[in-house]
Amino acid sequence: MAIVKTERHPDMPPPTSEAGVIGWIKNNLVSSPLNVVLTVISIYVVWIAASNLISYAFINANFAGDSRADCTGTGACWVFIKVRFGQIMYGFYPVDERWRVDVGYILGAIGIFGILSDWVKNKKWPALYMFAVYPIICFFLFSGGYFGLTVVDTSEWGGLFLTLVLASVSIFVALPLGIVLALGRRSEMPVVRMLCVGFIELIRGVPLITVLFMSSVMLPLFLPEGMNFDKLVRALVGMSLFSAAYMAEVVRGGLQAIPKGQMEAANSLGLGFWQAVGLIVLPQALKISIPSIVNTFIGLFKDTTLVLIIGLLDLLSIVKAGTTDKEWLGMATEGYVFVAATFWVFCFSMSRYSIWLENKLHTGHKR
Amino acid sequence: MSEAANTQAEEDIAIQLIGMHKWYGDFHVLKDINLSVARGEKIVVCGPSGSGKSTMIRCINRLEEHQQGQIIVDGIELTNDVKKIDEIRREVGMVFQHFNLFPHLTVLENCTLAPIWVRKTPKEEAEAIAMKFLERVKIPEQALKYPGQLSGGQQQRVAIARSLCMNPRIMLFDEPTSALDPEMISEVLDTMISLAEEGMTMICVTHEMGFAKTVADRVMFMDAGEIIEQAPPQEFFDNPQSDRTKLFLSQILHNA
Ligand SMILES: Nc1ncnc2c1ncn2[C@@H]1O[C@H](COP(=O)(O)OP(=O)(O)OP(=O)(O)O)[C@@H](O)[C@H]1O
Ligand SMILES: [Mg+2]
Repeated sequence: MAIVKTERHPDMPPPTSEAGVIGWIKNNLVSSPLNVVLTVISIYVVWIAASNLISYAFINANFAGDSRADCTGTGACWVFIKVRFGQIMYGFYPVDERWRVDVGYILGAIGIFGILSDWVKNKKWPALYMFAVYPIICFFLFSGGYFGLTVVDTSEWGGLFLTLVLASVSIFVALPLGIVLALGRRSEMPVVRMLCVGFIELIRGVPLITVLFMSSVMLPLFLPEGMNFDKLVRALVGMSLFSAAYMAEVVRGGLQAIPKGQMEAANSLGLGFWQAVGLIVLPQALKISIPSIVNTFIGLFKDTTLVLIIGLLDLLSIVKAGTTDKEWLGMATEGYVFVAATFWVFCFSMSRYSIWLENKLHTGHKR
Repeated sequence: MSEAANTQAEEDIAIQLIGMHKWYGDFHVLKDINLSVARGEKIVVCGPSGSGKSTMIRCINRLEEHQQGQIIVDGIELTNDVKKIDEIRREVGMVFQHFNLFPHLTVLENCTLAPIWVRKTPKEEAEAIAMKFLERVKIPEQALKYPGQLSGGQQQRVAIARSLCMNPRIMLFDEPTSALDPEMISEVLDTMISLAEEGMTMICVTHEMGFAKTVADRVMFMDAGEIIEQAPPQEFFDNPQSDRTKLFLSQILHNA
């Protein structure tokens, strides 16, 4: 006899034990005796670490005062950071001109907001502003010499400001250059391909320190007499080229993951090579490379600390210099903790942004 | 014969392959292909796997380059001239076995992309045209979805609509149904049949023999890079001449 079902089964909510906070705790933390033990041990370890950190950084720490003598607590003495805060943020940028850096930050924040926010529908304008106008504004704003702004030599730039300049310029140059190198490496023209492969492999084969050292010490030897680049510019060139080589390999990975059929479909519709690359292949390749691209950015951001060896005073170097001050001996821990926390905030933000962007760009089911 | 009659004859020919050869490295894939397709003619190409069917139709819009002989599409000979290649690609639509939709664009954007960028059609107009063709392939309600959210049959119909948006005079199909589940094959074939009824010039690589019988003006059998036999469907299926064709037909009709 055939069994026939005549009624449709209604949709039901999931069983309560599976959902909600209680359900999650039941399933994940206390589902077996071993799990209970592990949960208890983990909570204990986290508790010890967190409570020690909090008492070091806050409860037993000193915040008030303005000299070494005010460091009376057993925890951190943030007075050191407070007193030197201006220098840590701006380096030796003249105090009266520091507003220019702040204006630069604000203009940058506006641009970033325009690009990230869902409120702005047409991304053309914020993108144009951020990639064409903003860099030029910043150049004049920071270095001065025009519009009645006094000249601030790049040797006076420093601290977090210099770190951000190094990181953003390198990122700004590395991504487009990396894309060009990646496309060149896949080009059908042998000369182009060989040049790109040669560049990438040469740069990837040496440590960043060497590249920086070469660009600051060796480059002047090769340049004609009298031609002398700014030390910061040389560091920027070195870092940008270095990260472009890495970026090229990341983007190449993305390009290789795009099926050949995409390019063929674009071509068969009459799109030219550059249209097909720009509209079809690259958007998809970049999308799947977002995690690795951001990973490279984060690495690059932290690598900016290496400019220490060519005598630029970035965030780390300026704090390090501060800890050797006779009046503030013994402040190394506070200094490095502060530097680490600052780097962490920036890198973590980049990481979260990449996750957000990936979800936003996700279309359809993963297959 | 007068010159006028000559050009008249030329205008009636959509695609012409004359003594065409192609090699992949040392491998001789296509051997002395001669084929002339009249305007409005529908040709079905079949043959065993690896016989060069895909390669042949991909040469027609220059996704593959041929090394010897001539290919003339719409009166334009295919050479290395990029301008001419682009001109031909605008007039020739292609539908692939694996759809090759652009996954990062919505169905509507898939359809409007080429008209906007290649034909410089204004966006609103391109969208109106796209909706018209999406209605024709019976999926206007999916316009704002992404390809990844559609079934295989729906995706292939979008791919057909996408090609039609460029208003091509010739359509090439490379096994458009062989990646589909059986129940989705007929929805795609129906779309192709209605296209054929409108007088589109079509070359279809397919093993759907039912489709060949209804639609084709000519059925072509290829093997090992050669066109072995071509005939109207009735003759081709009822009275195949070569042994290779007979063997092939007995195999696929046996499986069908
Ligand atoms: N890019 C390539 N390089 C080298 N050989 C190739 C290339 N593409 C195809 N071939 C070979 O050319 C021959 C013809 O391939 P083609 O794809 O045209 O066959 P087909 O008739 O379409 O087969 P199928 O029914 O499996 O799609 C095959 O032997 C294949 O291995
Ligand atoms: Mg094929």
